[in-house]
Amino acid sequence: MSTTTISGKNLIESKLSQSKAIYRHEILAGEPWIRELRKGQYFRIVDLHGNQAVDTLFYNAHDYSDRYSAQDTIQQQRNIYLTAGTKLISTAGTVLLTIVADTCGRHDTLGGACANESNMVRYALEKRHMHACRSSFLKAITEWDHGMSKRDITSNINFFMNVPVTSEGKLTFEDGISDPGKYVEMRAEIDVLVLISNCPQLNNPCNAYNPTPVEVLIWDSAL
Amino acid sequence: MYMSATPNLWEETIQPGATWSHVLKRGTALRVVDLEGNANVGAIFYNFECPVERYNMPDTLKAQHIARLTTGFVLYSDMGRILLSVIADTVGWHDPLGGTSNVHLVEKKYGPSTYQESRNDYPKNGRDSFLIELGKWGLGPRDLVANINLFSRVDVSEDGSMTFVPGNSKAGDSVELRAEMNVLAILNTCQHPLDPSPKYEPRPVQVAIRQVPVPATDDPCRISRPENGRGFTLTERYFL
Repeated sequence: MSTTTISGKNLIESKLSQSKAIYRHEILAGEPWIRELRKGQYFRIVDLHGNQAVDTLFYNAHDYSDRYSAQDTIQQQRNIYLTAGTKLISTAGTVLLTIVADTCGRHDTLGGACANESNMVRYALEKRHMHACRSSFLKAITEWDHGMSKRDITSNINFFMNVPVTSEGKLTFEDGISDPGKYVEMRAEIDVLVLISNCPQLNNPCNAYNPTPVEVLIWDSAL
Repeated sequence: MYMSATPNLWEETIQPGATWSHVLKRGTALRVVDLEGNANVGAIFYNFECPVERYNMPDTLKAQHIARLTTGFVLYSDMGRILLSVIADTVGWHDPLGGTSNVHLVEKKYGPSTYQESRNDYPKNGRDSFLIELGKWGLGPRDLVANINLFSRVDVSEDGSMTFVPGNSKAGDSVELRAEMNVLAILNTCQHPLDPSPKYEPRPVQVAIRQVPVPATDDPCRISRPENGRGFTLTERYFL
C-alpha cells in the first residue's frame, strides 16, 4: 500500500454500527449502482480492498437537472479536495449531502470518469473497447428509466482517488492513499439520487491496476 | 506565427457583465482581448451539431496533466475530440477550476440590487448568464457543465486550498482559440466567483473572429503531447 504523506487530511471515524444499517450491497469492479437516498439518511462507501476509485454522481431526487457540481463544491469550500466537513453542492447551489466521516482523508473531484473516448486519447486509439465508467453510467441511467440521458452525466467525484494539483498548475495522478477498509460517509441533506460506477480502469494507477469491489451501506438515521 | 494574422471577419465589444454566444466555424479563430485589465470571461463550449457533446473539464485536465490553460493546450469534449485549441496567449494562465458565480454569491458580495433600481448596472451572476444564453439555443440546466474563466488565475496550494490571483491579466492582453469543430461558444463577462474585490466592477472585452489555416502536422497544439495528437486524429475523423 502507498505510504504517501498528505497534508490537509481530516480523518473522522463514524459512530454508526454496521449492524444497524438498513441496506448493504457489494458493488463489483466495473459495475454501476443507482439508488435514492432520503433526506437524513446516512450513506457509506467502503473501499474493501484498498485503492479503488469509486466514480460517483448525485442528483436532487426531485429534479435531476439540479445535480452535483464539482466546481461549485470546490469553489464554496475553496479547496479542491473533498473530506469530512465538505458540503457537496449542486449546480443550483443546493447542499445535496455533507461528508460526515472519512478515514481516507482526501477524495478527488477533478479527474472525472473514464470513457471509451477519453481512453483513446489518453492511452491509445486501440483502447476503445475497454470497459469504462461512463459506459456504466449510461447503462445505469437507461435501466433506471426516469428520462435521464447523457446530458445528465457530468463531472463526478472519485472517492478514494488522489489527484493533486501543483502550484505550477499541473495535474498529477498519484498512487492511491486509501487502504483496505477505509470509508467515506455522507448525510443526505435532501432526497438524492446516487449514481456510482465502480471504476474498471486498467490503464493507470487509480485502481492500483487491479479494480476490486466496494461496499455501500445505508442507515436511516445517526441513532 | 499565428499572430501574422489574417484580417478579422468582424469584431465587437462584450460589455461588462454581459452575455454573448456564437457558432464558431471550424477553421476560424476567436480572439478575446482584455480591454481594461482584470477581465474575466466565463465560457462553455458545445459541438453545435450535437450539443450533448460538450466541453469536459476533467478530460481536458487529465489528457494534458494541467490545471491551467495557455498556448499549446486544447479544450476537449467528452467524446475525445478537440473543440478548441489555444493558439496564442499573452496572459499565460487561464482558470479551468473556479467555476462561476450564482445569484446568492453575487447578492452576498455586492449587495441586493434590481434592474428597477440600477437599470443595466444591476449585478449579474455567471450561472444565470449562462442559462440565459443557453436558452437562446434551446439548451438549459441539464446542459450547464463546468466552465473555464479566461484571464483569471486560481492557485492551488499543497493542502488543496484555492487562491484567486488578482491582476493576472493586463489591459491589452489577449488569447486566441482556434475552432477545431463547429463550436457553440457561450460566454459572459461576469466577475470571477473567487475575485475577493467587494466592488461590483466587471470588465469589457473585445472579441474578434478571423479565418485561420488548418492545423499542420507540426502544429504546436497537436505536438505538445501525444494525447493531443490522438485528439486531433479523432477530431479529423469526425469530419470524414
